[in-house]
Amino acid sequence: MKRFTPIERFAHRTITILMFILIATAAALYIPDISVLVGNRGIVKTIHSVSGFLLPIPLIIAIAFPVFRMNMRELNRFYPHDFAWLKRQDSTSIKPEIINPDPVYGKYNAGQKLNSAFSFGSILIMFATGMVMFFSSLFTDDIRTGATFVHDWLTLAIVVALAGHIYHAMNDAQARMGMRSGEVTPSWAQAHHPQWVWAQTQSKGPRKPDDMDKISSE
Amino acid sequence: MEARGSPVGRRVVLGMVGLGALGVVFGRQLNSVVSNTVAATVPGLGSIIPAAGGFRIYTVTSGYPEMSKADYRLTVGGAVSTPLNLTFADLESLPQTSMTKDFQCVTGWRVDNVPWSGVLMSDLLAVAGAPATATALTIASFDGAYTESLTMEQAIRPDVLIATSMYGAPVTREHGGPVRLLVAPMYGYKSLKWLSNINVVDSVIPGYWEQRGYDIDAWVGQSNGRSDEPVT
Repeated sequence: MKRFTPIERFAHRTITILMFILIATAAALYIPDISVLVGNRGIVKTIHSVSGFLLPIPLIIAIAFPVFRMNMRELNRFYPHDFAWLKRQDSTSIKPEIINPDPVYGKYNAGQKLNSAFSFGSILIMFATGMVMFFSSLFTDDIRTGATFVHDWLTLAIVVALAGHIYHAMNDAQARMGMRSGEVTPSWAQAHHPQWVWAQTQSKGPRKPDDMDKISSE
Repeated sequence: MEARGSPVGRRVVLGMVGLGALGVVFGRQLNSVVSNTVAATVPGLGSIIPAAGGFRIYTVTSGYPEMSKADYRLTVGGAVSTPLNLTFADLESLPQTSMTKDFQCVTGWRVDNVPWSGVLMSDLLAVAGAPATATALTIASFDGAYTESLTMEQAIRPDVLIATSMYGAPVTREHGGPVRLLVAPMYGYKSLKWLSNINVVDSVIPGYWEQRGYDIDAWVGQSNGRSDEPVT
């Protein structure tokens, strides 16, 4: 089954690479034991800044594609079955047609939705506070210190969230294959995203961005 | 609303942005409180917790220079009557001074009450016979890149030290050992690490960071556009 289009995989891949560079250089700038090993503060700082400037670009490119915006709308919306998932950690025991009244949605579980919202918010905040630190002469001391404070603490939260994200991926070869090739097996889809499989059968063939626009126009 | 669900994702993002903005505005007040609380609650994270009272280690070259006490030499030259080439033991035989000072970095972190000891710059310059008419010092590191400057008036202050000891122990390699400079009333970049050479010259020559936009007279709280509390 087709799960991810090339543009979705492009966005995921490029943001992954940039995030790894950012975290590795952050560690070298920040954790004394690693700073001692790496040195070269000027170069490391430049790599970190350039990667930070580049980070929003894959996102901006992807948002230009309707299929990506459709993902964003779906990730945004929480249904009763999402709240059930968060409470029970298992919505697979509930019949999908009962808990998913809308046959267009169902691709992601609530954890994936929360992770994507956290990631999106993190990129916005890290970019904004990073800009304050980069163009520090334009800002007052208080704002500079505040931006550093937010940038530092959010880094810790991001590392924790990413560790969880990678842990889940490591335990699921099919999920990784879905992001690498775009394809997943029907049995995996049925086991992990029954609402998605059900929604696909209801909407007769692959979903189109138009379906989503109809539904989400308020 | 049932059919379209609730826009939880958007609320999460907006909530984060709101919290982030609050953090930027009030971060200065929250900084040390939050950091020290967490560091006290979860011991062992001191070096990872942001601004939890620890030094951050900066070096401008590849890796860190290493020098044993046995190999260490400090040269004092330029316009002096007695050029010096001192070993570590020579430094230890000069009058020793101790002081406890806050250490403030221009990037915002601060470490309170750091005990240092070593030889006052003014004592060293007296031994070398720096003339009363001298105006400035250039100071260099054995890392081959890091340089600094001081006016003579700044250099002979009683809180400018050639430090051989920090926290009651030898200055470690990452903190600039075996011998570093401490210019206590100024931002940390003036306190040159891995000190190897002091020259008495007739004008201030901007050092490594000063060539990169930082102020030459780096008084804590009165330079680099910052308003930190003066060090005590």
